[in-house]
Amino acid sequence: MPDDLFTRNGAEVIFGQVADFARAQGVREVEAVIAGGEHALTRFANNTIHQNVAERAGHLSVRCLIDGRTARASTNRFDKDGIREVVEAAIAITRLTEPDPDLLPLAEPAEYPELRRWYAATAQASPQERALAVAEAVAAVEDKGQTAAGIYSTGASGFALLNSRGVFGWHGETSARFSITAMTADSSGWAKAGAGYYGDLSPLQLAVTAAGKAERSREPKAIPPGRYTVVLEPAAVLDLVGQMFGDFSATAIRDGRSFLVDRANQKLFGENITIHDDCLDPLQAGPPFDGEGVPRRRLRLVERGSVCEVAYSRAAAARAGVPPTGHGFPLPNELGEAPGNIVFAGGDASLNEMIESTERGILVTRFWYIREVDPYEKIFTGMTRDGTFLIEGGEIAAGVRNFRFNQSLIELLSNVEMLSPAVRASGEESIDMVVPAMKVRNFNLTEVTRF
Amino acid sequence: MRDLALQALDAVTRGNVSYADARAIEIRDREITTKNGKAGHVSSNESVGLGIRVLVSGCWGFAATDDLSRQGVEAAAALALEIARASTAVRKDDVSLVPEQKYEAAWVSPYRIDPFSISIDQQLATLLAIDAELRRVPGISLAEGSMHFERRRQVFASTLGSVIDQTRYVSGAGFSALSFKDGEIQRRSYPNSFGGQYQLKGYELVEELRPLENAPRIAEEAVALHGADQCPEGEFDLILDSSQLGLQIHESIGHPIELDRVLGTEANYAGMSFLTIDQLGKLRYGSEIVNVMCDARLEHGPGLGTFAFDDEGVPAQSTPIIRNGLFTGYMTSRETAARIGENRSNGCMRADGWGRLPLIRMTNVSLAPGEQSLEEVFDAGRNGRPAIYMETNRSWSIDDKRYNFQFGCEIGWEIRNGKRVRMLKNPSYSGISTEFWNSCAAIASREHWTLWGVPNCGKGQPEQVMGTGHGASPARFRNIKIGGAYAG
Repeated sequence: MPDDLFTRNGAEVIFGQVADFARAQGVREVEAVIAGGEHALTRFANNTIHQNVAERAGHLSVRCLIDGRTARASTNRFDKDGIREVVEAAIAITRLTEPDPDLLPLAEPAEYPELRRWYAATAQASPQERALAVAEAVAAVEDKGQTAAGIYSTGASGFALLNSRGVFGWHGETSARFSITAMTADSSGWAKAGAGYYGDLSPLQLAVTAAGKAERSREPKAIPPGRYTVVLEPAAVLDLVGQMFGDFSATAIRDGRSFLVDRANQKLFGENITIHDDCLDPLQAGPPFDGEGVPRRRLRLVERGSVCEVAYSRAAAARAGVPPTGHGFPLPNELGEAPGNIVFAGGDASLNEMIESTERGILVTRFWYIREVDPYEKIFTGMTRDGTFLIEGGEIAAGVRNFRFNQSLIELLSNVEMLSPAVRASGEESIDMVVPAMKVRNFNLTEVTRF
Repeated sequence: MRDLALQALDAVTRGNVSYADARAIEIRDREITTKNGKAGHVSSNESVGLGIRVLVSGCWGFAATDDLSRQGVEAAAALALEIARASTAVRKDDVSLVPEQKYEAAWVSPYRIDPFSISIDQQLATLLAIDAELRRVPGISLAEGSMHFERRRQVFASTLGSVIDQTRYVSGAGFSALSFKDGEIQRRSYPNSFGGQYQLKGYELVEELRPLENAPRIAEEAVALHGADQCPEGEFDLILDSSQLGLQIHESIGHPIELDRVLGTEANYAGMSFLTIDQLGKLRYGSEIVNVMCDARLEHGPGLGTFAFDDEGVPAQSTPIIRNGLFTGYMTSRETAARIGENRSNGCMRADGWGRLPLIRMTNVSLAPGEQSLEEVFDAGRNGRPAIYMETNRSWSIDDKRYNFQFGCEIGWEIRNGKRVRMLKNPSYSGISTEFWNSCAAIASREHWTLWGVPNCGKGQPEQVMGTGHGASPARFRNIKIGGAYAG
């Protein structure tokens, strides 16, 4: 992989070779995704760094169109032979597929906004810097007599999409994440944050938060399952509600696998729920174009509880006679499209106000192992984890043993009583989104585990 | 590949290392999917790279690269050393490793038909024929099929002097039929959900599955589920087909026996385990008829966890995990084995590619077949009390210490006197791992035993996706909580 792959020029040079090799085979319609990055992750547990890794990887993926056929081949060999062979492979397998009368020609060029999502300091963060930040965080947890486990990752990546009709999208981005679990003998607490610039993270503050949760949830009580008012911190909202956005897809609706089948334009949620997909939001991440090079358009997914818009790839848009929205996956694929830059409209309540206004309820730090139970009622199951508390009389009364839930997301978003301002949240089961904390009535906690 | 691994090892051992290994890996794969009469995804992929792991001053460092020039290899080696030295800033105890021997070996997993020798158009035609059969059934709104083939060659070299060249062929295939009707989505899959069956085989796997002849039944069941009764709530005997039981083993035995989880090194993400060290040799994990082993040897079968050597250069082994119900063993690495006083790793370290560090991963964690006939499992002396039979996983979830689980299946049946009396939709069951396995009352015999592949097991940070194997035959469990997923 050439060192300048992270640059626009590097991608252009590679695509020039791709197009030349394709033309030499008599193929003029060709598209390439060129991506590469360097990522490092320092992992700690039992108050020590136990895994510490770095990876440098590139990816060249070539798609051809030949007589209504298309297929894709990819490689990570960027030498001349590697590029020639991947082009030849793409052409060979494309010729073996059946023609698709609905296949569209390659996308036409478009303008993309320039997004500042690359921070040189993050890209250059050293193992020593990560180790020092981890040392400080671990010390804060250890000082409380607790045990820490977590990660500190930094990385940089470049992503380019080019085609023979002149599409040329390039996007560079850096990312940093710090996550920490603090543990006592019978309790745990967790905190996590992600950012494009690593200086926006505060590992020490996250460690203090996690340790505080572990301390407050010692000697957890077993509370019977049932319907409870819950206060969900942003990471809990993110990981649970984030499960439904793949259904805001014209292709998923056409396939009959979306909960929005027969529910277009219906008021499904509460009046206080408004959700957009907005790649340009300053708290969001990712390139301003989709897998075919269509600019990402802001979508009004839900407005005051009513489903408004869904995503359309070029193929789905052509079927429906509407413009594509810029949410298509690289072709060929069977899923079509999905929104990926979710931004909730928040409210003005603080987490403390939610707790203070709750006579009896449960405060949830995060959820875990969330899986779909019913695809149309959008029922999900999962567990609470790493900081689950009983609220009584407007105060946190005690830590409680973790619950299993079985909860419809339609019902959940109809039962939201309070929202905090929306923040960029990081979890483990959905991609980062901009979400508020929520107070939700009648949440279905169905079982209690042993800890 | 061999030269590359040795070059990397040479580069990294110029530093002051107590141990190092390098893995040079070349992966080729092919993915083909179909959807409603058309090709969905057709791709061919290759990936070549190198991962270098090093132990310096008692701390690990790891760096991986796909820049395989001399300069690129030297840079990766230098970075691995730099990372290891940085790790010493937060160190409690030096890492120590149990001894292992030096091996020089070459091994290729057996296959009858090289999947890459079958042309893509022939594979597409097979999937499209299945697709047509599915959509011939009125009410099917979405028919999907897939095949996935991988050939992975890895050369491992270590400072012990080992040089191990392994090539593994993996094939996977399956299909599903979805029906939407009156505000309800029902799906049936064959031979398993989420991609079908995966094994360490060539294209012969696809032929053995006989997908075309099973397509009409699967499509008919998907449609029929709309008219079936909702699975009841309550305590019933539960009978599981072998594919669902394979996933039950994966979640409630396979993950808890990973010694790295037990020792806390996965606490921030995958979680820990209820199987603390003090339980080894004491815990009554299951009933007397429950015998579970972790077995990476070819003799166990062509599983996704079958190999000759793990990614630390330790030979494939078979370890008893549960013997007549008693908990007897963990899955270990050279580092974790040392931490609990074992004198050898049982060879469970694997990485999902050249870019990632080996972790303890399930090999083939399997339930030994029982002695009952299938008829006896279905009619295990309950005097006419109904049991619920469930097939094919639909959802799975378990807590981060692996106690409380809940599974949903695609289809269920009420069983009376050993016979299916009515179809049930949306079946689910839940429980606590040890209580569940202690309720095991009957296990079907060897002829009903299948080694299932789970191709998508996630673990680690950064996350790695690994294939694992789980052999099981249908089994019966007493007094299980059924139907909780739809309760309340």
